[in-house]
Amino acid sequence: MKKETANTLRAFLIELVIYAVLIVGYFFLVLHFLGEGLQRIAQNHRYTYAGLAILLMIGQAVLLQNVTTFLLRLIRRTQ
Amino acid sequence: MFFPISGAHISPTYLVIIGFIIGILGGFFGVGGSFIAGPALRAVGLDWNFAIGTDLAHIVGKSVVAVRQHRAFGNVDLKLGLIMAIGTIAGAEVGAQLIQMLKRAGNVNLVVSIVSIVVYLSISSFMIWESRKTLAQAQLPGGTVKGEKAKHDPSAFKHVTSGIQRLKIPPMITLPVSGVTISLWIILLVAFIGGLFGGFLGGGAGYIRMPSMVYVLGIPTHLAVGTDLFEIIISASYGTFTHAIKGNVDILIALVMHTGAAIGAQIGAISTQYFTGPKIRLAFVPLPLIGAAIIIYTLVTGHKL
Repeated sequence: MKKETANTLRAFLIELVIYAVLIVGYFFLVLHFLGEGLQRIAQNHRYTYAGLAILLMIGQAVLLQNVTTFLLRLIRRTQ
Repeated sequence: MFFPISGAHISPTYLVIIGFIIGILGGFFGVGGSFIAGPALRAVGLDWNFAIGTDLAHIVGKSVVAVRQHRAFGNVDLKLGLIMAIGTIAGAEVGAQLIQMLKRAGNVNLVVSIVSIVVYLSISSFMIWESRKTLAQAQLPGGTVKGEKAKHDPSAFKHVTSGIQRLKIPPMITLPVSGVTISLWIILLVAFIGGLFGGFLGGGAGYIRMPSMVYVLGIPTHLAVGTDLFEIIISASYGTFTHAIKGNVDILIALVMHTGAAIGAQIGAISTQYFTGPKIRLAFVPLPLIGAAIIIYTLVTGHKL
């Protein structure tokens, strides 16, 4: 049980490091470029912005969960 | 990092850490975590209107992650969640109208603060009494447990819950996933009251709805957590939409917060598999107390967190 816990913890820490690198890239590549366009939509098309906000949020949620699940599976397989 | 929609400069690391903490709480307890996120966003200079709207948007994403995880464990009753969403949205609208009335009367802050403190303290007191009594009576195994053992969910309040389930007010709804048959009106009433408090006190009111689902509807704790999160996706999406129309949502801040919450919510959801229902309920007790402490601090010092 202790070995299993240690393995899980190690896999999780590796995942966290890879995830952090991906997220930093995501901040600069995606969010930076989205900023201006979203600001324009938020100012001029409120309803479109509202719908887009929810879609972006749900889209990111599904994407990040798939990324973390994939990473964890990959790390566990290589351990 | 500059966020052009709200015009705020906030450290992304700070947002990710806040998201991570709230993610864990949300995944484990089935709450939105507004009582932490609101003051945390406010503390870095975001206006209240943006703090509330942006927090709601981030709650949508975090709940999606936690629900997918809970669903994999069989902890989500979709039928119950959809019915509750109707009552919650109606209650939230009435709560918001009450706030408008109090605003016109000019005493909104004091009334909301006192009601919040009473509600939070009552929930905590009741849950600490019930969960401790249940743990003493049921003699559950110490430490953490795993799998089906964790889903063993006795309650010292079961006799009252059974009495409520015996009220045959048609139409009766059978919830096969939760293993409960109960009047539709009782489900809607519970959801309405949760929504009312959410609209009145702010946030998703998971701190009221999750315990109500367990004690009033008789839903097992693990299912109450997962189903409440599913219901939060619908009600928080509705809240995000209405706030975004009013210009109160900075989706970029929400997206950054969510990168931390996505990991936290998964950890929280997975952790529920290692604790029995009464232990989750006992661990829940500090959450409303933190909410009450924040309000008391605000009332005493005059500084809004």
